[in-house]
Amino acid sequence: MCPDIACGRLPDDALSRNFADAHPGLTAEQAALEADRCFYCYDAPCIEACPTDIDIPRFIKAIASRNIAGAARTILQSNILGGSCARVCPTEILCEQKCVHTAIETHKAVRIGALQRYATDWQMAQEAHPFTRATASGRRVAIIGAGPAGLACAHRLARHGHDVTIFDRHDKMGGLNEYGVAAYKLADDFARKEIDFLLAIGGISFQGGAILSDTLTLAALRQDFDAVFLAIGLGGVRALGLEHETIAGVQDAVAFIEHLRSHPLAESAVGRRVVVIGGGNTAIDAAVQARRLGAEEVTLVYRRGEATMTATPVEREWAQTNGVTIRLWAAPLRLETEDSGLRGVTFRRTDPDGLPAGTPETFTLEADMVLKAIGQVFLPDPIAQDQILIENGRIVVDAQGRTSLNNVYAGGDCTAGDDLTVAAVRDGREAAEAIHADFSNAGIRVN
Amino acid sequence: MADLRTNFAGILSPNPFWLASAPPTDKEYNVRRAFEAGWGGVVWKTLGEDPPVVNLSSRYGALEFEGRRLMGLNNIELISDRPLATNIAEIKRVKRDFPDRALIVSLMVPCEEHRWKAILPLIEETGADGIELNFGCPHGMSERNMGSAVGQVPEYVEMVTRWCKQNTRMPVIVKLTPNVTNILMPARAARRGGADAVSLINTIQSVIGVDLDAMAPMPVVGGKGTHGGYCGPAVKPIALRMIGEIARDPEMAGIPISGMGGISNWRDAAEFMAMGSHALQVCTAAMHYGFRIVEDMIDGLSNWMDTKDYATLPDLSGRAVSRFVPWNQLNMNFRTLAHIDQKSCVGCGLCHIACEDTSHQAIARQTGPDRRHYSVIEDECVGCNLCAHVCPVDDCITMVPQPVDSEMTWLEHPSNTHRLTA
Repeated sequence: MCPDIACGRLPDDALSRNFADAHPGLTAEQAALEADRCFYCYDAPCIEACPTDIDIPRFIKAIASRNIAGAARTILQSNILGGSCARVCPTEILCEQKCVHTAIETHKAVRIGALQRYATDWQMAQEAHPFTRATASGRRVAIIGAGPAGLACAHRLARHGHDVTIFDRHDKMGGLNEYGVAAYKLADDFARKEIDFLLAIGGISFQGGAILSDTLTLAALRQDFDAVFLAIGLGGVRALGLEHETIAGVQDAVAFIEHLRSHPLAESAVGRRVVVIGGGNTAIDAAVQARRLGAEEVTLVYRRGEATMTATPVEREWAQTNGVTIRLWAAPLRLETEDSGLRGVTFRRTDPDGLPAGTPETFTLEADMVLKAIGQVFLPDPIAQDQILIENGRIVVDAQGRTSLNNVYAGGDCTAGDDLTVAAVRDGREAAEAIHADFSNAGIRVN
Repeated sequence: MADLRTNFAGILSPNPFWLASAPPTDKEYNVRRAFEAGWGGVVWKTLGEDPPVVNLSSRYGALEFEGRRLMGLNNIELISDRPLATNIAEIKRVKRDFPDRALIVSLMVPCEEHRWKAILPLIEETGADGIELNFGCPHGMSERNMGSAVGQVPEYVEMVTRWCKQNTRMPVIVKLTPNVTNILMPARAARRGGADAVSLINTIQSVIGVDLDAMAPMPVVGGKGTHGGYCGPAVKPIALRMIGEIARDPEMAGIPISGMGGISNWRDAAEFMAMGSHALQVCTAAMHYGFRIVEDMIDGLSNWMDTKDYATLPDLSGRAVSRFVPWNQLNMNFRTLAHIDQKSCVGCGLCHIACEDTSHQAIARQTGPDRRHYSVIEDECVGCNLCAHVCPVDDCITMVPQPVDSEMTWLEHPSNTHRLTA
């Protein structure tokens, strides 16, 4: 039996519709109405809930007064990737969850994310970049990883007058924004447009196809540059640890999404029946995109309950609205094959700890494709020889992103903390400020 | 159900809600629709002499505030721009078909007795219930020595009122302009001239805003603007004060007052009645939402009166007037203190920052992760009410009057060493 995995399950126009902007931006009138709802809190809890500390009441007040340039500057001053954060942030567990309107009526938060998108979209439609570069300092910084942390760090360093070279294994910058987030969240090539906007500050160059390796070592970079910022993300994915895991049809969700994001939709293959294993946002993004590519049945299976899913309730509802079936309290037991092809997955019921239940109750889901989304892990190999301190599988940094090595800083998913775009932006920004301060205060520290 | 029937200077109407003299009462078509919608009366848009005036294109400017339209409205429209005979014929037909409604005709002709003498019989002949003298229009007509140009000179007010009283049997209502320093001067002059009633306020001279692209006041007419007359919800406080001033003035005692200026709902109506009005006029609210808004005005006023056991409008009219006093008659021993209901506090901090930056530093603030706590420092609180006004949550901050054991006004206050009487 041959698994039914195919491209072009839907006509091109249906694919375009399915991967268009899931939540189109506000019109000027909608933005003004929504902005007027904001109480302009003095002790605004939304700010505390934002990892990048955007002065939310201030930018919303500016939208209300039609000072959109001021609104955009307030956002971008704190978060240069405010445009993509407005699209991908789980605002329902960040700023909007804390909006005081929710204390008056549940689910009636001011739509902070939508307003942030309105202001940043306006800014990106302008010719001029809102920030200017300081006089060139002559300092050079290498950044490994062109994702949100690396980009935020690069922009802040460039503003301070330092020259930045970004290295990334991909041909394009953007990291997860370009390769990892569901296409309909960052539609219309937004990730690239945002990078064009960001690079307009000047002083940032890019080397694609570059990975830390024997030919590009951290030690050499530390020699060639005044500082190095590691934003290398999570290079590995967890395996199921089951037999037949490498057969056709069993794939990492991350790879599935990356292929979809970097190829025409009509060239993205998907099974007729898809099983996604995992409970995070990657699992949701993979499941929904599989449906939108034309999969007939998509089942997302998570070994515990809703309370411990890292996908937010909003994300879960989004998946369900898109026709994804969510099954809880079941862990994969066996990949079923037939004639050396995938036939399905057998799951075993789990107990309240997510472990196999005492009774060996099982069920089998027929599947042409299994997408694994059970977590990504930090791969220390590229820097294994550099004696950099690693704990609990992440690079250890201080509050400003300094690693245990002089002149080496790190941030984003490769360090501890929430694996959120907005947290990565904060890490990059803070590390840039630390690098700048270290340059300014103590001169360049030497090994 | 409360009885809303109104007897205003002998003019009867089924309820106190009349449409003010303005665009909504310009012609038969509108007035019929108004009466069908339930309005108790209308004051027909001001008639003048032929040839009629000419109105401009672009007539209104509006004040928007934080997303709410028409907080204030200004207009540069003049009086009726239709031939007198057309208006007269229409008034006659409407009055014949709606005999139970009040139909008042607003008038404005130059300050010469023979001109008033000439127009009054034409109005009388329509069967209209009364006339309202437009001494208020603050734009366009005032430059032609009519409207507020008359209303601002008490001698003229008295003179023209007297001419009208001498030349018609109809009740004469004098409409007052607020564009004066002391509303009592023209009001008393109207009474001396024999006015049966006064109505107020007419619109306030205003520039509603500036078009920052055209660099001209709004509304922009072919690149330029002019001042207009301001009305709508924003002018209500000005109207209430002027009505109260007249209602409590001994020289004006007993004169019927037709109150207007920003009445948007039954609650406004009740306030205008309480401050001394006997009947009411409305315009902007109808221009914003249509004639149907009178339904809730009637219904809401009646329901509220039932809860307060006011059986008729005279039971309500003027109820607050005896408690509208000069500042120097307020009790200086009275003290009220802010109280924050911690359970309903949403933690926005607006009370704190308002008090801290602009008042008396009387709201203490403790913050921490997920914890915002505001408390009133009673020794510092002067009872100004600002915190209660800025709080976005209903009844979260209340002002609690403290027990008072005695009364002392400024007249007796020890700091008033010179025993000033004001």
